Amino acid sequence: MTAVATARPALRHRLAERGIDRTLLLLVPGLLVVACLFLYPFLYGLQLSFAPRKGGVFANYARFFGDPYLRNTIWTTLGIALPATFVNVLASIPIAYVMRGRVRGKRLLTTILVVPITLGTVLTAQGLIMYGGPAGWLNKVLTVLGVTDQPLPLIHNYTGVLLSLVITGFPFSFLLTLSYLSGIDPSLEKAAATLGANGVQRFRRITLPLLAPGLAITFCLSFVMAFSVFPSAQLVGDPANETRVISIAAYHAAFEEYDYSMGSAVAMLMAVVMLIVIGLVMAWRGTLYRGATGGKG
Amino acid sequence: MTFGQLRLDGVSRSFGTANALSGLDLAIARGEFVALLGPSGCGKSTALNCLAGLLPLTAGSIWLDDTRIDGRPPEQRGFGMVFQNYALFPHMSVRANVGFGLKMRKVGRAEARRRVDEALRLVQLTEHAAKFPAQLSGGQQQRVAIARAVVLEPPVVLMDEPLSNLDAKLRLEMRMEIRRLHQTLGLTTVYVTHDQEEALSLADRLVVLREGAVQQVGTPEEVYAQPVNSYVASFMGYRNLLDVTVTSTAASSVTVEGAGVRLTGRGSLTEGPAKVAIRPEDFVVGDGTENALDVTVEIVEYHGRELSVSARLATGVPVYFRTDKRLAPGDTVRIGVPAERVLVFAP
Repeated sequence: MTAVATARPALRHRLAERGIDRTLLLLVPGLLVVACLFLYPFLYGLQLSFAPRKGGVFANYARFFGDPYLRNTIWTTLGIALPATFVNVLASIPIAYVMRGRVRGKRLLTTILVVPITLGTVLTAQGLIMYGGPAGWLNKVLTVLGVTDQPLPLIHNYTGVLLSLVITGFPFSFLLTLSYLSGIDPSLEKAAATLGANGVQRFRRITLPLLAPGLAITFCLSFVMAFSVFPSAQLVGDPANETRVISIAAYHAAFEEYDYSMGSAVAMLMAVVMLIVIGLVMAWRGTLYRGATGGKG
Repeated sequence: MTFGQLRLDGVSRSFGTANALSGLDLAIARGEFVALLGPSGCGKSTALNCLAGLLPLTAGSIWLDDTRIDGRPPEQRGFGMVFQNYALFPHMSVRANVGFGLKMRKVGRAEARRRVDEALRLVQLTEHAAKFPAQLSGGQQQRVAIARAVVLEPPVVLMDEPLSNLDAKLRLEMRMEIRRLHQTLGLTTVYVTHDQEEALSLADRLVVLREGAVQQVGTPEEVYAQPVNSYVASFMGYRNLLDVTVTSTAASSVTVEGAGVRLTGRGSLTEGPAKVAIRPEDFVVGDGTENALDVTVEIVEYHGRELSVSARLATGVPVYFRTDKRLAPGDTVRIGVPAERVLVFAP
């Protein structure tokens, strides 16, 4: 009897206590995919970036920061990606706010808003050229109506890329914001109303603080998508000057100069910049309330 | 804010073609505790939301003395409301939750602090002031919700099934707490519940609703002892409802037959189909003098001092009664009920 009482439980039980059991094997396929398709290429690129064609270990990075034509792509990209992300996130708040309840025609509106996701950047760029180009419908109509005597420069410049990023990025941030908003118990706002808070106060004091952590995540994901902009910067931008974004610099190095090492270095810097921005946003998120958003604690 | 009377004048609300509430007329005096009682879907929560301003009316009007208030948004009515799920702001401390309404009304900081402290003391949560709702138990959360609603000393407090999320023991405690608060503060209260015991023990006046229509308005004693129809009776614990026919009428009593029994009871009906209502606790076992019924015991539930018995008449109609006699399934007993405890209603 005492032997049984003092004996250690079987190893299997002790492991199960710590959450280690056979179901963990289900992780294997996923981990394999991550290792083969993400981890290995990433590490390969990382080491490649430290093996430049000529010069020391850090020669690629030194070249990048020494050459304003390369260095400035960081600012160019941020200059496009940050405004596009802000527009996407900020515009999605009021629309999601209206759409979170039961609204007539909600499904139709949601469908219209979501369709651009399915189109992909290239098709959107194509549409933008047809519609907003110098000989596009919009400019033709405006000229005929006499609103402008010269076509508006909507594409092949900064505006074109920004428009394209908003068209493709907005549905994404809208859907995320909508799901975060739907998770907030509507009775909280009702309670605030009975306590004397008007619409603006209810939004500012109740909804916004509860939504903010979700907005931070939405911002990060939208930003990552916008920062790695490549097709629209090429197709509806001005890839030689105004919209020479960092991914174009990486492409240029790798596939036009055939300097894979330099291309990898630019790609690594791209990742670093994104991580810095995400780090800042997540640090801000860390200062917010992040608990339950229901009425019951 | 003082007032004499809160008056609902034909308050109606329909959703599409469905009438959730049709023509509710009710005058509530200052300091009164009124309970709206009925099963889910009877329109009681609709009525409360209309009062709070969270639902616009389809027809009718709401008056606070001579001021019509049904057009005002909730934030301008200043009614306190306690929600079924508490609806505490999860990102605010208990203190901030209770102080929210004062802040919205721009009450001075020192004054607000004093009133929040007072309200927290009233619901015995002073030592939990700095906690967040998620750190509190269900009963504590409910007390925060109540403190938040009463700290503004609103003209009317609305409570939407505030106890339905609590376990049985806590529910009794909180019920007493609500009663005590009402006695201390004297706030006019409209309380929605589906629990007749809760309504009877709390309210000064009951409003029994069914499918959006008022069935009976009265004091707990009136509604309990003299339900106006079989629906209210069934809600007030008259568990035995038998379909019968009136065979003869006298000055104050009627005799009915049906389901293989013959009963004499109270009611003012002419001959024809009717329904009798009898409470399980009004039956007396072994008393064969008046309204005797022979039944076969089927199921016996132990309730401490008493047994709750489900039995059947020879015709197979179920009869429920309570007794302190120790009965077993299969026993055949004769039970009786005094004629003044047998209510006869129109079907």
